[in-house]
Amino acid sequence: MSEFQEKSPVLTREQLTADVVRLTLHCPRIAAAAKPGQFVMVRAGETLDPLLRRPFSIHKVTAEGGLAVLFKVIGKGTRLLATAAPGSSLDVIGPLGRGFYPDKTGPHCLIGGGMGIAPLYFLAHQLLAAGSSHANPPVLLGAQTQAELMLLAQEFTELGYPVLTATDDGSLGHQGFVTDLLDALLTEVRQVYVCGPLPMMRTVAAKCRGAGVACQVSLETHMACGLGACLGCTFPASSGGYRHVCKDGPVFSAEEVAWSR
Amino acid sequence: MEPVTSATPTPDLRVRIGGLTLRNPVCTASGTFGYGREFASLVDLNRLGAIIVKGISLLPRPGNPPPRIFETACGMLNAIGLENVGVERFISEKLPWLRQVTTPVIVNILGDSIDDYARLAGRLATVEGISALEVNISCPNVKKGGVAFGTVPEMAAAVTTAVRQATALPVIVKLSPNVTDITVIARAVADAGADGLSLINTLLGMAIDVRTRRPRLANVVGGLSGPAIKPVALRMVWQVAKVVSIPVIGIGGITTSEDALEFLVAGATAIQVGTANFYQPTATEEIVDGLTAYLQERELTSIGQVIGSLQVD
Ligand SMILES: Cc1cc2nc3c(=O)[nH]c(=O)nc-3n(C[C@H](O)[C@H](O)[C@H](O)COP(=O)(O)OP(=O)(O)OC[C@H]3O[C@@H](n4cnc5c(N)ncnc54)[C@H](O)[C@@H]3O)c2cc1C
Ligand SMILES: Cc1cc2nc3c(=O)[nH]c(=O)nc-3n(C[C@H](O)[C@H](O)[C@H](O)COP(=O)(O)O)c2cc1C
Ligand code: FES
Repeated sequence: MSEFQEKSPVLTREQLTADVVRLTLHCPRIAAAAKPGQFVMVRAGETLDPLLRRPFSIHKVTAEGGLAVLFKVIGKGTRLLATAAPGSSLDVIGPLGRGFYPDKTGPHCLIGGGMGIAPLYFLAHQLLAAGSSHANPPVLLGAQTQAELMLLAQEFTELGYPVLTATDDGSLGHQGFVTDLLDALLTEVRQVYVCGPLPMMRTVAAKCRGAGVACQVSLETHMACGLGACLGCTFPASSGGYRHVCKDGPVFSAEEVAWSR
Repeated sequence: MEPVTSATPTPDLRVRIGGLTLRNPVCTASGTFGYGREFASLVDLNRLGAIIVKGISLLPRPGNPPPRIFETACGMLNAIGLENVGVERFISEKLPWLRQVTTPVIVNILGDSIDDYARLAGRLATVEGISALEVNISCPNVKKGGVAFGTVPEMAAAVTTAVRQATALPVIVKLSPNVTDITVIARAVADAGADGLSLINTLLGMAIDVRTRRPRLANVVGGLSGPAIKPVALRMVWQVAKVVSIPVIGIGGITTSEDALEFLVAGATAIQVGTANFYQPTATEEIVDGLTAYLQERELTSIGQVIGSLQVD
């Protein structure tokens, strides 16, 4: 596996909501090598504060070498990145980590919460390209408000996936947890792919386990390097000891994760 | 950078640490460069002065529970807990790949007791592909109630002596900055037979999430590294270089060739790049280029003309 460092011009900047931004960057070598579920480490500016690169899932890639990241502004790094204007460049390293294992043998279900939706678009796109049938159960998307979901839900629909949504305030779709929508589908699917907040993934993992459905989760931890060098990105494994999210993941089988530790 | 004319000779960047000659003074700091391979697709490893690998113990260590790292202003805290594969797996799984790299490999070792250090040094003494040992003495001495070896001159000297006796390889002792007077430890270690000193290891620090009133690191405290610590590191290197006659390797927040030059001018014979590998993996190569350019611009022929050249009135 090989990763690249590219000075990547910003091609487009889309403001999806007051605090959600999508940047499309031109980094042809990273885009060509990228697989769904992998991530990039992006340097937010050239000064020493913020210091570390920020990890973001690969949201989309284009044949022309474009790579999109979708992110929410939560702190100083994302605040800076949100101001990146077309014409400027960002320093990007990727593709990093082990992505989703695409299981094409049966119906699958994609579940995204908040910015966890980002990698699922790339995955959905690839599963379709690989010939997975359209007869899949709906993609389940959850967010705080309608504004965050509208455009993203529409993009999944355009791919050919049915979409079910849940929002905290009920402004779009089901009011409540996106995980509530899963129960009715569990009998139909063989494989669940989920990315979102930890409590949501824990719930999905438990439901899948109860129903005997395979589940792949994409985890988040603080990262310094993204390369397997700093050993800072650990989480406890069900078999004991630790795994490194940047190298062994970020995608893991839900069975590998010690959810209670 | 000024254009370099073909008449400008390539300056000599070579430096010596004990019996070891490095092609240039730019090394990677332990724990920030994995076992080298992690950076192979981003950095030309054959351009480095030396690769110092992640600290190795006799037995594998799982490390601390997460969260282990937290970013602070111009720096980061870490409490990795010395996670490593242990010396046997290092030799069988990590070292073979490193042998194809022409750059000297320096193995950083750590232990709970003086005996641990001696056994590690003995085990590595005759293994092919190792150019020197770097002894991390910032670890707690389990037999002495967990006091760090590097904070008590007698204990620091005892570790140095034990390692010195167990190997013919050059022995570099890595000093902890978490002491009142680092020159006392430096002298003790030099007198005990070290071939070189490297400093500084991380400064003990802490951060709190005030919303939850919980520490940011599961270990509560952790080591501060990165540009934030550079002035402290530079001061310590300058103090130590004045009082010992063995080479000093400067570490702490080095990102650019200008940072590296500060340490060299202060008296360091070589430098290590640590945290910068994370945010700028090519920092080491850029520093090598920057040192070359600095010498050429001043028509200096050797890096030796810079080392210890600080002018103080
Ligand atoms: C593999 C992976 C993929 C990710 N993909 C996305 C994505 O597609 N979209 C998105 O919006 N976010 C994503 N995140 C989370 C994103 O990395 C953080 O929101 C971001 O680093 C916050 O930076 P900040 O400077 O704005 O926040 P600050 O809180 O100021 O950051 C301080 C430090 O904490 C780290 N940090 C804070 N929150 C997180 C977090 N949730 N995960 C990891 N590190 C964090 C930062 O990287 C930085 O080192 C992903 C995280 C990982 C590990
Ligand atoms: C994540 C991390 C892991 C480290 N692991 C080790 C280690 O195993 N052994 C060691 O002697 N020093 C270790 N260090 C300390 C560095 O080698 C270096 O001394 C310190 O970080 C200061 O340099 P810097 O500011 O350039 O990072 C580690 C530092 C970091 C940030
Ligand atoms: S982020 Fe450095 S090892 Fe995973």
